[in-house]
Amino acid sequence: MAEFKPAGSMYEWFDQRLGIDKFVKVMMTEYWIPKNINFLWAMGVLLTVMFTLLVVSGIFLLMYYKPDINMAFDSVNYTIMQEVAYGWLFRHIHAVGASVVFLIIYIHMFTGIYYGSYKKGREMIWISGMLLFMLFSAEGFSGYMLPWGQMSYWAAYVITEIFGGIPLIGGDLVVWIRGNFYVADATLTRFFMLHVLLIPLAILGAIVFHFYSLRFPHVNNEAGEFFDFDEEAEKYLAGDKKNSKVVPFWPVFLSKDFFVLGFFLLFFFYLVFFHYSFAMDPINFDKADGLKTPAHIYPEWYFLWSYEVLRGWFFEIAGISGKSLGLIAFGFANAIFLVMPWLDRSPMVKPANQRPYFKYWFWLMIADLMVLTEFGKLPPTGPNAWVGFGASLTFLVLFIALPFITKAEAKKVGGK
Amino acid sequence: MMMDESRRGFIGKAFGAVAAVGGVASLIAMKKTWDPLPSVMSAGFTTVDVSGLEANKLEIAVWRGKPIFILKYTEDMKPTDGRSVKVGDHYYSVMVGLCTHLGCIPGYENDRKMFKCACHGGEYSADGRQTFGPPPRPLDIPPFKIDGVTLVLGEEGPEYKAMMAKAGGA
Repeated sequence: MAEFKPAGSMYEWFDQRLGIDKFVKVMMTEYWIPKNINFLWAMGVLLTVMFTLLVVSGIFLLMYYKPDINMAFDSVNYTIMQEVAYGWLFRHIHAVGASVVFLIIYIHMFTGIYYGSYKKGREMIWISGMLLFMLFSAEGFSGYMLPWGQMSYWAAYVITEIFGGIPLIGGDLVVWIRGNFYVADATLTRFFMLHVLLIPLAILGAIVFHFYSLRFPHVNNEAGEFFDFDEEAEKYLAGDKKNSKVVPFWPVFLSKDFFVLGFFLLFFFYLVFFHYSFAMDPINFDKADGLKTPAHIYPEWYFLWSYEVLRGWFFEIAGISGKSLGLIAFGFANAIFLVMPWLDRSPMVKPANQRPYFKYWFWLMIADLMVLTEFGKLPPTGPNAWVGFGASLTFLVLFIALPFITKAEAKKVGGK
Repeated sequence: MMMDESRRGFIGKAFGAVAAVGGVASLIAMKKTWDPLPSVMSAGFTTVDVSGLEANKLEIAVWRGKPIFILKYTEDMKPTDGRSVKVGDHYYSVMVGLCTHLGCIPGYENDRKMFKCACHGGEYSADGRQTFGPPPRPLDIPPFKIDGVTLVLGEEGPEYKAMMAKAGGA
């Protein structure tokens, strides 16, 4: 063991044992962030804060929630909402938070796509980010089921039924996942476990990994410029703060994040106090009934686009049933973003508006996602079904075309 | 020296083997913990007296938590070979009332004599064959046995076996 001198102060005593000085340097005061990044780069900090809010409000809900099909509905809608002082507050923070966290994830994701932050050396950041997106989806879905309302029940029914589409083992797999032949008590209790323990643990691990993977290629910037972080950091430390292209995370950069966070939290609590109902479907205030399907089932807004891709295929093509086509397209839609770094074959790291072809692709993709989201909520009949089919097909075509578009772009730019 | 190397290698392999056996065993235990409980597996029979049913009015029984559609045919409804079943003097459709697309419960429209699933627009004829939309196959037929005028759901009777034999050939 190293030799310890008597400490002159409490701070020194801890510093000798835990290396606080060094830790603060590595994590905060000498963690370098580029100067030219805009408010869209604050989404990571927003998400960290949102996750914390969800964990804390979740802990308070956990004290009164009962994971039992006979008690779950009342424990939420009566005990937490009526009896527990401020129970409504924690429920609304949790419900609105679950919805808003997806809004921020999408902004975070599309910022990454717009500025090419998934490319050249940043692949692991992108992949760990998409892993987080999938974990958050599983977390959101498993939590949605817990209040045991009609929409919760049928969402769970339909989503678990999707696994039935897997060849050979599908039918048995569905029963295994549910722990019964239908969505029952066993399903509720295991989803409860997933929602409050296993998935949050996995999310925490993935967040740590996401931050870690960021340390090597460093944060991208608005211009997509590559520079030597060590050199710029030296300039900063030598006092040439003006010419250095970087600032320390703490306190300089975070002050900007806090500014964005301040605005965000005003918006968030405005929703929590005055517009919480957007995160609560009226159908979910009917208790779950396994023998009565609501006339029209749809997921929360953040899953509508992939839901529409799933149901957009309503007829047979080349002998493959609409159901199978939908499942294949759904699988494709959920996995394709993961391989973005390899679909984009242009080496250019530039914001989309400076890329001759990619800019059209990007905005088309956003527009298509909006159409899918809009029509995902409408009943899939008549012309709606055709719009849904068209938008689902467009989604697939866009991603299949991406490697060719970006290859052509690389050629064009290279020839300049 | 050779001796030491091979001893270490052996200990390494032995440790790996023990760990692998333990790993596989715990995976099996975890898989089985998620299996449906014995009480769930054994709660499998439902009996329905079909003699009192009204023609062209859908009766919904519950078997293994699933809705079972029982539809008595009117005089002018034609029975389908392999999908309609005769109990007493009347023909019936007996089907699991879950859309084969994603498991919603279709509703029955008496006037048009068809089932329509509101969720994704799937449509079925009165005998459960898919006629429109994404459903990939007709409504499933639950195992049943005819006992006089009662239907025993969960047991495979001769009529059910005959139906399944036809479906297998199709």
